[in-house]
Amino acid sequence: MNFKTEKNGRAVVVFVKEERLDANNSEELKAELVRIFEGGSKDLIVDLKEVRFIDSSGLGVLVSGFKNASTRQGTIKLSGLQTQVKSMFELTRLHRVFDIFTTVDDALESY
Amino acid sequence: MKTRMALDITIPNQTRYLGLIGKIGENMAREFGDSACDRETLANQLNIVLTESIVNAIKHANATDPAKEVHVRITVSDREIAIMVYDSGCGFDLNSLASPCFDADALEEKGRGIFIIRSLMDHVEYRKANGGNVLEMRKKLVRR
Repeated sequence: MNFKTEKNGRAVVVFVKEERLDANNSEELKAELVRIFEGGSKDLIVDLKEVRFIDSSGLGVLVSGFKNASTRQGTIKLSGLQTQVKSMFELTRLHRVFDIFTTVDDALESY
Repeated sequence: MKTRMALDITIPNQTRYLGLIGKIGENMAREFGDSACDRETLANQLNIVLTESIVNAIKHANATDPAKEVHVRITVSDREIAIMVYDSGCGFDLNSLASPCFDADALEEKGRGIFIIRSLMDHVEYRKANGGNVLEMRKKLVRR
């Protein structure tokens, strides 16, 4: 899976550089989120601007990140959701769980 | 009910072809959906349903056994799109699967796949077939 991780002020930003976040590649994102948390960071932003499609495995990895962040009194925020991705969050009610922003900058300003 | 198109696909028990099959579903929806708006919604829904059902067959029914295969049959008629996903595993009880918990304090990482399929399709059934099992999913095509 292609992604880019950057430390930006208070938060670590993970840019997912894939059209699909699904059962075929989501475990790699999960491993990256675990690596970031275990490295001592507890505030994450996952940017999904380039993701056109997400399945339940992709959602599950983000839920895993949410739980991991909560355990550490941290946060995981999402940005750049395309329409189809947003509709999956709404279908599974996860849009009520995550803080979702239009852009990474909006997410950063919320801290 | 006249069949307009039927497509049979057999894939190895691996997740690497999910994107390819999802795109096939999207293109069929664009060809057979009604209005432009419906076609794009249907395209996304078929992509999701194909992905979820194939992953379900690979990981749960076929227990990630690399020697097994998943067979997918997509049929389009005047009235509906039917997707059959055949596995060769032990199967599972569709009715025993609870809906996922929506409470932020009790979220589970897994367990949304069948809920999503049931939400997007009009008819979902899992039964014995061809020495294994089939997940049968049907969606009506709206005609105006």
